[in-house]
Amino acid sequence: MQLIAQIAFFIVLVAGIGFFTFNIRRVIRNVKLGRKVDRSDNPGERFAKMAKVAIGQSKMVKRPFAGFLHIIVYVGFIIINIEVLEIIIDGVFGTHRILSFLGSGYNFLIATFEILALLVLLGVIIFWLRRNVTNIYRFLGNELKGWPKNDANYILYFEMVLMILFLTMNGADYQLQLNGADHYAQNAGIAGSFPVSQFLLPWFEGFSTATLIIIERTAWWLHIVGILIFLNYLYYSKHLHILLAFPNVYLSKLTAQGKFDNLESVTNEVKLMMDPDADPYAMPAEGAEDEVPEKFGASDVMDLNQVQLLNAYTCTECGRCTDECPANQTGKKLSPRKIMMDTRDRLEEVGSIINEKGSFEDDGKQLLDNYILREELWACTTCNACVEACPIGIDPLSIILDMRRYLVMEQSAAPSDLANAMTNIENNGAPWPYNQMDRLNWAKEN
Amino acid sequence: MAEAIKVPTMAEYMAQGKKPEVLFWVGCSGSFDDRAKKITKAFVKLLHEAKVDFAVLGTEESCTGDPAKRAGNEFLFQMQAVTNIEVLNGYEIKKVVTACPHCFNTIKNEYPALGGNYEVMHHTTFLKSLLEEGRLKVEGGKFKGKRITFHDPCYLGRANNVYEAPRDLLRKLEVELVEMRKCKSNGLCCGAGGGQMFKEPEPGNKDVNIERTEQAMEVKPDIIAAGCPFCNTMMTDGVKGKNQEEKIEVMDVAEMIANAHDL
Repeated sequence: MQLIAQIAFFIVLVAGIGFFTFNIRRVIRNVKLGRKVDRSDNPGERFAKMAKVAIGQSKMVKRPFAGFLHIIVYVGFIIINIEVLEIIIDGVFGTHRILSFLGSGYNFLIATFEILALLVLLGVIIFWLRRNVTNIYRFLGNELKGWPKNDANYILYFEMVLMILFLTMNGADYQLQLNGADHYAQNAGIAGSFPVSQFLLPWFEGFSTATLIIIERTAWWLHIVGILIFLNYLYYSKHLHILLAFPNVYLSKLTAQGKFDNLESVTNEVKLMMDPDADPYAMPAEGAEDEVPEKFGASDVMDLNQVQLLNAYTCTECGRCTDECPANQTGKKLSPRKIMMDTRDRLEEVGSIINEKGSFEDDGKQLLDNYILREELWACTTCNACVEACPIGIDPLSIILDMRRYLVMEQSAAPSDLANAMTNIENNGAPWPYNQMDRLNWAKEN
Repeated sequence: MAEAIKVPTMAEYMAQGKKPEVLFWVGCSGSFDDRAKKITKAFVKLLHEAKVDFAVLGTEESCTGDPAKRAGNEFLFQMQAVTNIEVLNGYEIKKVVTACPHCFNTIKNEYPALGGNYEVMHHTTFLKSLLEEGRLKVEGGKFKGKRITFHDPCYLGRANNVYEAPRDLLRKLEVELVEMRKCKSNGLCCGAGGGQMFKEPEPGNKDVNIERTEQAMEVKPDIIAAGCPFCNTMMTDGVKGKNQEEKIEVMDVAEMIANAHDL
């Protein structure tokens, strides 16, 4: 019986981790559909930023209440995972609390896990209330209706249930140790310290050892299987940020937020145009005929770069970006969060075509128009508030800019006022129709 | 009538075989927009007062390409940039000061990759350095004790982390500096960036400049101080839209200093 349980556990563990790995490889494959971008510079500075922003949660606490709760859940999540290590060893080898030889250190650890589990439970309940009961602007956005809202709640339920199972498991275990049950009781005394789950003991009063073992085993199994299900749910949810936030911050832009990249393909053409020695009738270089001319800007996910696609998988839809967006605040359609959600949804759609057919085949859809509307793109003031607001270094603005580039340079589809301003710049060096020769007239006026 | 202000051009300097200490990049607004021209003139007066050896490009200056780039026209941006860089490099310009955060950001951050490397300063940072060098004195004068709130231009603040220079100058004017709910890195845009200055806003329930003006009105300022010609226009329109023009003035930091000096 014991051996069967051990084998069953091993199979569940391998299957859980295996399927997760399978999906993560798909994420990596999909991210690689994007254009290459070099972020190998300044590893020290990047690491420091990751330590501060991702590990240190420095931007989360810009909103103190939500930030504080998030830190509890984040710390709880990481620390309680140390216990998962013990659970896995116990599960595979059929041992009971294998790390209890650590003595008082072990008791301290278990006590810490218990207190954190209680705090996480409380934190997650408050998160649920914030999402479902209070009227917080960023949780009311249109893009959250339906699946995204349910998804967020499922994650919270998962966490609540896992914490309750963890505490139940500990409580029953404690009672079994007190009862001197075989396999549970140890000569050295009680293994672990149970400052929270001790309050569950009155509920177990009068239960036979057999019943307690069933409760303990059930909670233990549901807890570890629950963790594996949660792990696998990550890919299907908005919750990948618990893993991707770290690489995402590491790879985020280090330069001034106001600095937008200069398109190299354009630079080459401009240089050619400005070069008086360039031969306009020059034949293309050998082999160049096969090269597809690079598309300017982005109309679909493959035109975006890999960091932008990683951004999309990393976004956890918290909506701080949208909350700070001047366009969104004044009732325009633009929501930077929706830009990220659309990018991911489209990327997943492209990915599923590749899963089915082996490679991407045109499905008559694209990110532009089918997901992100022109009206959204043209409402952006490029103010960087969304970029500043993101706690994990996502840059919705760069996607908006790349899509504007496609609209303007590939389709000449700028709003007419803007097109006029650009014509003016081209003709007379100012966005308004003034003669460049009048540029110094102000000095003569009084 | 005040006498016409003396504004030397780079061409004149070149003809005399001289090089100025700094190039004043005026920008399109500063050159053509009636409201922004006042800022330009105020800043020039301060440059003269501090005996700064400066010059402008005059008719050789052209749009930096900022609105084009942010509207998605990278091609036009780079054409503008390359042309401007040729002119700037031709005059061997080392240091540039401008009263427009959009020009500031573009020349500072986006020109280097195209061959334009200069020390670029926003006029508030430059004025502050003049102050520190003892070349310019800033005193309260008529602004002493007035309630002032500073609206952070996105392309100066968030984009380039310049938050304190304009505030330091305002403090020197002995004003009562009050901060809006949304300020510094959390500052709300005036609504003009990204090419919005030149187009009608997308459909919504409010204009961004009205939202920002309302935030400013919450702190009951006598003056909204700005550091950007676009913000200045947007906030001025916002104040008019809220019928507050009798109570609230919108002024550039440079104008305030020049006014305090009775220049």
